Amino acid sequence: MKVTLKIWRQKGSNDKGSFKTYQHDHVSPDMSFLEMLDVLNTDLIKKGEDPVHFDHDCREGICGMCSLYINGHPHGPLQTTTCQLHMRSFKDGETITIEPWRAKAFPVIKDLVVDRTAFDRIQQAGGYVSVNTGGVPDANEIPIPKKIADEAFDAATCIGCGACVAACKNASAMLFVSAKISQFALLPQGKPERKERAERMVAQMDAEGFGACTNTKACEAECPKGISVTNIARMNREYYSSVISSYEWQVGGGE
Amino acid sequence: MAWFTKFLSSTLGRKLLVALTGIFLILFLAVHLAGNLQLLKDDGGKSFNIYAEFMSTNGLVQFISKGNFAFILLHAVVALLLTVKNRNARGTERYAVSSSKSSIWASRNMGILGTIILLFIVIHLKDFWAQMHFGAVPVVDYDGKQVRDLASLVDLWFAKAWYVGVYVFCMGALAFHLWHGFESAFQTLGLNHLKYNAVISFVGRAFAIIVPLLFALIPIAMFFDF
Amino acid sequence: MKLDSKIPEGPLAEKWTKHKFNLKLVNPANKRKYDVIIVGTGLAGASAAASLAELGYNVKAFCFQDSPRRAHSIAAQGGINAAKNYQNDGDSIYRLFYDTIKGGDYRAREGNVYRLAEVSVSIIDQCVAQGVPFAREYGGLLSNRSFGGAQVSRTFYARGQTGQQLLLGAYSAMNRQIANGKVKMYNRTEMLDVVLVDGKARGIITRDLLTGKIEAHSAHAVLLCTGGYGNVFYLSTNAKGSNVTAAWRAHKKGALFGNPCYTQIHPTCIPVSGDHQSKLTLMSESLRNDGRVWVPKVARPGLRAADAVNIPESERDYFLERRYPSFGNLVPRDVASRNAKMVCDEGKGVGPTGLAVFLDFTDAIKRDGKKTIEAKYGNLFDMYQQITGDNPYEAPMMIFPAVHYTMGGLWVDYNLMTNVPGLYALGEANFSDHGANRLGASALMQGLADGYFVIPYTIGDYLAGMSNEKVSIDRPEFQEAIKQTSERINKLLTIKGKKTVDEFHRELGLTMWEYCGMSRNEQGLKTAKKKIQEIKAEFWSNVNVLGSGNELNMELEKANRVADFIELGELMVDDALSRSESCGGHFREESATEDGEARRKDDEFTYVSAWEYKGDNQQAVLHKEPLVFENVKLTQRSYK
Repeated sequence: MKVTLKIWRQKGSNDKGSFKTYQHDHVSPDMSFLEMLDVLNTDLIKKGEDPVHFDHDCREGICGMCSLYINGHPHGPLQTTTCQLHMRSFKDGETITIEPWRAKAFPVIKDLVVDRTAFDRIQQAGGYVSVNTGGVPDANEIPIPKKIADEAFDAATCIGCGACVAACKNASAMLFVSAKISQFALLPQGKPERKERAERMVAQMDAEGFGACTNTKACEAECPKGISVTNIARMNREYYSSVISSYEWQVGGGE
Repeated sequence: MAWFTKFLSSTLGRKLLVALTGIFLILFLAVHLAGNLQLLKDDGGKSFNIYAEFMSTNGLVQFISKGNFAFILLHAVVALLLTVKNRNARGTERYAVSSSKSSIWASRNMGILGTIILLFIVIHLKDFWAQMHFGAVPVVDYDGKQVRDLASLVDLWFAKAWYVGVYVFCMGALAFHLWHGFESAFQTLGLNHLKYNAVISFVGRAFAIIVPLLFALIPIAMFFDF
Repeated sequence: MKLDSKIPEGPLAEKWTKHKFNLKLVNPANKRKYDVIIVGTGLAGASAAASLAELGYNVKAFCFQDSPRRAHSIAAQGGINAAKNYQNDGDSIYRLFYDTIKGGDYRAREGNVYRLAEVSVSIIDQCVAQGVPFAREYGGLLSNRSFGGAQVSRTFYARGQTGQQLLLGAYSAMNRQIANGKVKMYNRTEMLDVVLVDGKARGIITRDLLTGKIEAHSAHAVLLCTGGYGNVFYLSTNAKGSNVTAAWRAHKKGALFGNPCYTQIHPTCIPVSGDHQSKLTLMSESLRNDGRVWVPKVARPGLRAADAVNIPESERDYFLERRYPSFGNLVPRDVASRNAKMVCDEGKGVGPTGLAVFLDFTDAIKRDGKKTIEAKYGNLFDMYQQITGDNPYEAPMMIFPAVHYTMGGLWVDYNLMTNVPGLYALGEANFSDHGANRLGASALMQGLADGYFVIPYTIGDYLAGMSNEKVSIDRPEFQEAIKQTSERINKLLTIKGKKTVDEFHRELGLTMWEYCGMSRNEQGLKTAKKKIQEIKAEFWSNVNVLGSGNELNMELEKANRVADFIELGELMVDDALSRSESCGGHFREESATEDGEARRKDDEFTYVSAWEYKGDNQQAVLHKEPLVFENVKLTQRSYK
């Protein structure tokens, strides 16, 4: 296969970026998309050109480190992660445009690498159950209906890649935030802190500069783990009921 | 009350305002349509005029009407604030290639659709509401009761082809706005449940088609004198 | 050098309890005066960071990824073992201990393994309390499955993503402490050296991967939770970033490296598709519960999965069921892998490369229905189809073994401390409790056991014995280490040779796979040693790393790691050479029974190999820690 690649190149966060076009003639349909870029990079290095930087780690679709906005879709045309996308999903001779995630809260670091630490900070604001190690009840002490456990699991499968933000025209992080809030709102373990959790995480999400949700559901359509927008509705419920009934709290996390 | 202002300035708080006012405006549309449909009665505009007279003089209706104006403004202003925030959230660089496959058109263009509807409301108010309240509308006599003849004014405007065209176009925009807005308001309120989603979606879409269609039929019927 | 494992005296079941009582404690008010550095934020690192911060210590945690949640523990699929005996099927702490010792081919310490089994029950309680959504039965209680050939159902799981859910649990506990100000997190920061002051580990040198800044951090103790070194083979199921650098630099500073040659080769991975291959993907071992492994009886080179369905039963060789009637397809990983290699060596391998065997679900689908199979393995089947383009519901899967886990690692005592005072190794980074072979669903157990339930006790004993005075990073030890690290980076950037880092890495990987992989022999290992030395010499004169050291430069990061992998490779070969017996994942062709099964030599090799670094290009020195078995009788493993 042969493909033409239009890749966003940007030296650093403060530099101006632009597209560069590369002709790639040694593509096998069995290559993963990232392996295709590996081969391109080897060629570039041999020519003495700076290789294209992109984030990746596990390459099995679970760590959430790979990104890339490919031909107008986060993680490319299939509903999977970029590392699980294979070149057989493209046509011979196709032009492929590769861009970084675009969001104010995800500034570009270099080429296709963006800074997603905003997600960490949202989690730190309340994405946990406050239990210390040790001194917890037996695991079977609290029965949890299978349906509820399964639904919590579905929310918990979020890999934190940021495709929802990349797909959303508003760069909204609500699918991500709602998945975590949902997991804990569903499970009995999360109940004691559910009010503060919803308020803190939403406040942090706003502070990071993510947009609001306009229910286009593009996030759900693009999420590699199929997280449902039902979670966003749940987050809204959690948030409204908590704002109405909770005690006042201070923004900033911590105890 | 710090919590309340904080709530109203949060994205979710603002979304809630848009959703609640949106649902109120949906109800308003239904009431407004019921009144307008009387124009199609073949009685020389009598029932419509009596209805219009009642609506513009009844104290309670006038009170709700003020609230309605406020909600329209609130709906538009808060939506505008959110839109500005949303545009900023994308950052300075835009995507060079953007695919539209993952969402429906209306959902991505609520701002434009809303703006069209807002312009329509301004024209609509200037031509009818303002005339009724502050303008010189001819008066007719129904069994000794003096009633302003709003129907004749409507007749006058709906005889102009371009006006009917604008009206129908704007109803089209309303249809798309409702197509997404109705369901979306419920999602924002957190009313999403597998048992009821299908009903909400069906009612929303039916409403989005039927209500603007009936609104649009009135000027068309009057223009062609059915 | 005398290696003291510090295994407490007394009956097996009381060792840990007694030891915990004998450990010194740090006064609660004094804990905040001690700083602990934790490198790596996988299961071991994140759980240790959270637990130590909860106790009151000041923790600095480091990861090279963009977020601590990305650590490769996240990719573990199958589950986590615990001796809960919720299923009433005869499990107990002693049975888990026994299975682990036996599964490890009697090359692990009894005391460590028993402790692991003992704390396993607390891990499940802890994770559930954190909100980890384990699989449940309709009655609302936790579900278990039998995994990796265990005769009891003791594996807890969260669909095929157990590692992810456990890691997110530990990550969330750590996040709580970050918000609390007790953990300071450094993302995209790689540890490049450990600093010793007066013979004790007192800090590390790091490189900020975004700016290239080399920095020093001081503390009272350093915990390396940096995972395994499977990427020495270039192709493995490890994440691309997984590396040995932190452990290797510690080794060069004096920490002994334990059993480096013990590598686990996982039998069910997706085969290599071409030269472009960058990593291998594991298909969960649970697939062997229902899938049947076979090759054609007569070699059929290039046989495709789609054509395999036409081969009649009589012409298929279900070689695992044939050779191991009682365990069948569920034999331990090392046995399954070796047998796959054997049939492929005989030329019966399938697929375009001839390096694959079939894993067939036809019978399972016939027996249980497609729906049941889909519910059990749906996501794995989808993943397989995505990668290979073949549909496993219609044609058999093709699988081949791949490097998956390394049992070897830094030598540690019962307290998880290396021979360097104040330097600890947790999780896969230590030479671990798995002996020569790890059982399925035991890696998650060990990582979390070390982090949640061992280190919080044992580190106190060490810290209580030292002053809480901090050492300044202005000290010459730190400044010298910064200087050396910077020089090495500059060296890599100035070679400007002709070959890319990946080319060296591939070459190293091929050599390791060929001579130090699933089966090893003396001659091959000697060849490998020579080859690796050549690769090393060429690397330092002909590698091409573009760009500068003061920006995000992923080629430089790779080069730095590959340089360490090359040195490690040689040590692995040394270790494999010195251990002329077969045990667990280490199969020496010279030490086999008549029908080709592994043969241990207990009288000669019942010890842990601990290697001491002696300087660049110097022969490493072997130290032996004898393994003492007081409770189990050593038997030759048999799965016939």
